[in-house]
Amino acid sequence: MPAVFLPFIAIFLVLFGVFPTAAQQSAATQVQVKLGYLRAYEPQLTLSVLDVAPRDEGVAGADVAIADNNTTGKFLGQTYTLDVTEVKLDADVKAATEELISKGVNYLLADLSAEQLLSITNLARDRDVLIFNVGATDDRLREEACHLNVFHTAPTRSMLADGLAQYLVWKQWRRWVLIHGSHERDKLFADALRRAAERFGGEILLEKEFMDTGTARRTDSGVVQIQRQMPVFTQDFPEHDVVLVADESEVFGTYVPYRTWTPRPVAGTAGLIPSAWHPASEQWGGTQIQNRFAKANGRRMLWKDMAAWTAVRVVGEAVTRTNSAEAAKTADYLRSPDFSIAAFKGQKLTFRTWNGQLRQPIFLGDGRSVVSTSPQEGFLHQVSELDTLGVDQPETTCVLD
Amino acid sequence: MLGRLSCLSGALVFAVGLATPASAYMVYVSNEKDNTVTVVDSTTMEVVHTIDVGQRPRGITISHDGKFIYLCASDDDTIEIIDTATNQIVGSLPSGPDPELFVLSPDGKTLYVANEDDNLVTVIDLDSKSVVAEIPVGVEPEGMGISPDGKTMVNTSETTNMAHFIDTATNEITHNVLVDSRPRFAEFKPDNTEVWVSAEIGGTVSVIDNESREITQKISFEIPGLRSEAIQPVGVRITADGTKAYVALGPANRVAVVNTETYEVEKYVLVGQRVWQLAFTPDQKTIISTNGVSNDITFIDVATDEPVQSVTVGALPWGVVVSPQ
Repeated sequence: MPAVFLPFIAIFLVLFGVFPTAAQQSAATQVQVKLGYLRAYEPQLTLSVLDVAPRDEGVAGADVAIADNNTTGKFLGQTYTLDVTEVKLDADVKAATEELISKGVNYLLADLSAEQLLSITNLARDRDVLIFNVGATDDRLREEACHLNVFHTAPTRSMLADGLAQYLVWKQWRRWVLIHGSHERDKLFADALRRAAERFGGEILLEKEFMDTGTARRTDSGVVQIQRQMPVFTQDFPEHDVVLVADESEVFGTYVPYRTWTPRPVAGTAGLIPSAWHPASEQWGGTQIQNRFAKANGRRMLWKDMAAWTAVRVVGEAVTRTNSAEAAKTADYLRSPDFSIAAFKGQKLTFRTWNGQLRQPIFLGDGRSVVSTSPQEGFLHQVSELDTLGVDQPETTCVLD
Repeated sequence: MLGRLSCLSGALVFAVGLATPASAYMVYVSNEKDNTVTVVDSTTMEVVHTIDVGQRPRGITISHDGKFIYLCASDDDTIEIIDTATNQIVGSLPSGPDPELFVLSPDGKTLYVANEDDNLVTVIDLDSKSVVAEIPVGVEPEGMGISPDGKTMVNTSETTNMAHFIDTATNEITHNVLVDSRPRFAEFKPDNTEVWVSAEIGGTVSVIDNESREITQKISFEIPGLRSEAIQPVGVRITADGTKAYVALGPANRVAVVNTETYEVEKYVLVGQRVWQLAFTPDQKTIISTNGVSNDITFIDVATDEPVQSVTVGALPWGVVVSPQ
């Protein structure tokens, strides 16, 4: 923390009469917790301008949680700081990681690609740094490429697909057709949807790939062509209940709803979208975090903001309960049965001890409101119903050393 | 016994021609979703009136003389005052933003309000209807309890996970006690010795000694066939004789009855869906639960701990208070 802030904080503490309290509570122990935030960012085009990610997506959530932790911290003699570093989308992140660690960061939030994340896990481990993955949904980071020092507050593609599939099956909409994009991440989400169909009794009757031919995302008269092209593209579908869309790359997904040959609901990356949060969720005390977030940032809270908020709160909870800022103690605590975190999702959230994934409900939203939240009623599990979402312990390929 | 007397005096009043109904008590239920307060006669267990109020009514309490209801209209950022004689809103209090729960001092003069959005407890003087203090507390203040001797107020903060002990003479925090996740409610034992704090997400009730300000017991709940995530303690009430505590368990759809000597759960009373808050009738013969998702309240017999009857009220019933003797 820059030294210039210290007098300010001292004044703040005096103003609020906190010193005697802190003294009583924790014998004036001062715990400083330094978090880092490393993100790969470049402006991205989207099919709809409404879907362009805010400049501070994710970071804004972490900032709110830092403020929350500091409010709690003033009663316990704890202070939390966040150091944010941005790199280009496919940049080498090792130097940036080294720099954050050299500043004393021992908790690192990462909004990076899977490759970037994997390039720093050993580096972080050797310097006793815990990584919180707040952005990557790749299942392999929790499976064959899992690491003991990485916790994931972002959900996996399989959790998202399972959350969606449970709802469609609950609705008795079991006959699906699948349109997926031609990029790797689109295919990975398509894989997750196929797996979900098999697990929950959906049937994918036909699949089609929508090739990215490199067209401009938006043109003044593009809408006219799309209105003509999409019906033709979907004309040969067999009788089905739902059109599934896997287009993380923003090539065509937004154009599917209302333009199909037969009138059918659309779900996946367009239409009914599974997510770790919804900007309109007000259930389970959600209004409180939404208000707090909107007041601080002047915009609605998105899923990556929630993943980052949760990661920072997880650190705050561990530091408070273990009375220590040591990453090793935090890691042990997060895997212990004593740990749980409240994150406005109606139940306590815990980590899967076998791969460090945060168990969490999945919101299903249509862009305006929350339609439902999975797990759905009736999908039972012997340990936690949240483990009906994503890869479960008996199936995991993760080996933590 | 007291109830009988009250019935009798009520009947006498009726006989001499005053408008007060002959029933023992009125039960006031705040309905979070449809912006109403339902008034239920505790004797007939029937709805007698529905009052239109401000948006998202939640916390509800009543003046000691029974003349006024105080109601948190959370989304209107105000506390409404309802005249119980006319069932009309007759005024409001400066509550601060998003008031959710509050507690009335034992002398009836001061209202302590939790303002969730601002991490504050607002202290309101009821005579002058003015704010006399704002006390910074943890993130998302919610539960409010006050000791029967009036000396100590406890506020719980839902994201900070603490019970903040506040000296009512100075309006300053004296102790902060860490409890489990998402503390919702604080209830003192009638003899001032303990505070019971429920933790909705943690799934426990912490018993805090009011002398040492340390947790001496942690009560957890197990219901066969229900996963632990569904057991979410919210409202807590302790009998006037201090022997039994009732804990509303949210989506577990039950009220737990806890022995305050042994801290063992003696019974789970099945009521309605998403049990939120609880209130005793003044004669202590009945405790009433609000069941949010099933849109009803349940009358539970305190002697047998059996549910007696459920009564449909408004949409998403949240808080409940019963008129005094």
